[in-house]
Amino acid sequence: MPVLELDRLARHYGEREALGGVSLTLAEGRTLVVFGPNGAGKTTLLRVLATLLRPHGGSVRVLGASIPDEAWAVRGRLGLLGHEPLLYRELSPEQNLTYHARLHGFGPSRVRQLLDAVAISPRAREPLRSLSRGMLQRVAVARAVLHEPELLLLDEPYANLDPAAVELVEPLIGAGTGRTRVICSHDPGRGLAEADLVLGLREGRPELLRAAGETTAGEIAELYR
Amino acid sequence: MSGVAQAPAERPPSARERPGPRPQTGLRRTVAAMLRKELQVELRTLESVPAMTLFSLSTFVIFHFALNRGSVEGDLGAGILWVTLLFASILGVNRLFVADAEEGGFDGFLLAPVERSAMLIAKVLTLLAYLAALELIALPAFALLLLGTPLGPALPGLILTLALADVGVAVIGTLVAAMAVRTRARDLLGPLLALPLFVPIVIGAARASAPLLAASHPTWPALRWLATLGLYDLLFGLIAYALFDFLLED
Amino acid sequence: MYGKGLRALSISTVVAMTTALALVFFYAPLEAEQGFLQKIFYVHVPLAIVSLCGFVLGGLLAIQHLRTRDPRWDMRSYVAIHMSLIFALATLITGSIWAKGSWGHWWVWNEPTLVSYLIIFLLYATYQPLRFAIEDPERQSRYASVFAITAGAFVPMNFIAVRLSTAYLHPRVLGSTSNLPGPMALTFLVSLAAVALLYATLCKYELTAKHTRAQVRALRRRLSGETARPRGGRSAAPAAPPVKVAPAGRTAP
Repeated sequence: MPVLELDRLARHYGEREALGGVSLTLAEGRTLVVFGPNGAGKTTLLRVLATLLRPHGGSVRVLGASIPDEAWAVRGRLGLLGHEPLLYRELSPEQNLTYHARLHGFGPSRVRQLLDAVAISPRAREPLRSLSRGMLQRVAVARAVLHEPELLLLDEPYANLDPAAVELVEPLIGAGTGRTRVICSHDPGRGLAEADLVLGLREGRPELLRAAGETTAGEIAELYR
Repeated sequence: MSGVAQAPAERPPSARERPGPRPQTGLRRTVAAMLRKELQVELRTLESVPAMTLFSLSTFVIFHFALNRGSVEGDLGAGILWVTLLFASILGVNRLFVADAEEGGFDGFLLAPVERSAMLIAKVLTLLAYLAALELIALPAFALLLLGTPLGPALPGLILTLALADVGVAVIGTLVAAMAVRTRARDLLGPLLALPLFVPIVIGAARASAPLLAASHPTWPALRWLATLGLYDLLFGLIAYALFDFLLED
Repeated sequence: MYGKGLRALSISTVVAMTTALALVFFYAPLEAEQGFLQKIFYVHVPLAIVSLCGFVLGGLLAIQHLRTRDPRWDMRSYVAIHMSLIFALATLITGSIWAKGSWGHWWVWNEPTLVSYLIIFLLYATYQPLRFAIEDPERQSRYASVFAITAGAFVPMNFIAVRLSTAYLHPRVLGSTSNLPGPMALTFLVSLAAVALLYATLCKYELTAKHTRAQVRALRRRLSGETARPRGGRSAAPAAPPVKVAPAGRTAP
């Protein structure tokens, strides 16, 4: 069963069309990379898949469940890493991850495992306010994968990360995990390398939808013109 | 543009069995986890309770000068007490969802396999805790600074009235805070929405406590006012429970 | 479709209002105590009743909006509340005039209805600022509906609470049409009908105007072939959903 089935998904923002007729299917273990200029609807698409926004037209099936009616069935099986880290700045990484773990029914051992995985354990008790942006992003990644989601939704995940940090989070959100992923990217080179399927959005409309092997970086650059 | 795109066949599909929907985290556990988080944040930032408390103390002082009186009792005393408590609680209401809206994000909660009413319950309990802390200090301060009659005998009845009124303030405050927090003028809209909705609470609480604070006082408030408060709390609780989910969506 | 019945409604409103005015001035007897000024009762009380019902109606329409997520219900709820607010303001003004005439003060706290109205007016006066403060149109509609339902439920609760707390100044006139002598009762009922019709007509006008404007915009967009641009500036009024324009003639409402 495919992980994602979109059929003419549409969403409007007042009188403006935020997403107009996106249709695609994504099989398990594959990676979809979404390109497009700012305001093209990438984040909207991601949030609809995350069940945070309702579709206004068309149909969406995530992990076999129809959104929004069966959204309850997929909660806890999705991992979202958006522009906002979704972390409380006054609390420490440990407190934040513990809170998140409790909401999802996971225990402290999992929290510790992830604190080690992103190499933040030495500073796990300090408030996030006092950590750098890069460290914040690492904790955000930890939060996104803590509950072992089946589908990863990543909005420019490598922003704010130095190469060392990128290496750290690769095992958690990279291709090696074997998980189904949807990534919003601004980097044609890197994005193409990771993708199985490429979607190019412009002003909400899908201008490009191809297998990665059949797409060139030049075509992606066209989207931004 | 539609159609199924074929991906290259090198990456093997996952051999893992697909589990069904995640078991939901129980309501009590969710509320407990949220409450813990709320109190952790409040203890770290000390935003709400100290501000509410200091505000009430300053207000008592201002009332002294504004009314040019050394002591108050009865209707006037009850009025001053309730006006002060109400405006102090608005400070707490304004800050209630700010951390969630700006940092933690409602998204984190919305993505979890939890019952959404847990947030309402947790926030109401949080606001109740803040109000209790506020009154623990404001009430003795009121007795010290302004009240002309002894507080002791009136205390049990007063506490009962406070409890009922606080529940109403907490429920309305949470509902209004959730409405106002993601708007542009959140600090203005909160009080504007809340104050008319607070009026029946003021009516019930002030009428109930006025005789308690009078020179020759009975020790228990009249039943009709307690019933008013109780009914209002119940009705608003039901409304908040029914409507809160709609405010959480994006 | 929205325009249907508008003419019939307008005509019946004019007829009703003329009849009511005629009855008020020529038929209803002069009241012993308060004299001519008492006639304002035939304006004040119907305004009060209609705006009250309008607020509750706004809440009911909002419930429909939340249940069906159809933006048209939100439009109707918005118009109902908007119009009721205007009528409520008129209620307060006429009530104040009556108070001044009868008891010598522009404002009295002992008249529970008037006091309740003030509170409700203050509450609903925040409806449009609330809408205006939310930019996302879908969220605006949703939050406004939650507010409308809460406020609609609050209306009766508020009345009861205020009633409990005030001592009556004099025997109540409202709610006791059975005590009114025949001619007065008849005049009152006709006035009530006239004000209710006025409310319905004005609401329908506003709904039709909004819908027409949305259709014109959709047509214009279609003609010039550009993709939809967001409306300049924010608005407190609900945005009409994208209107599907059929190739020829009628569109779905």
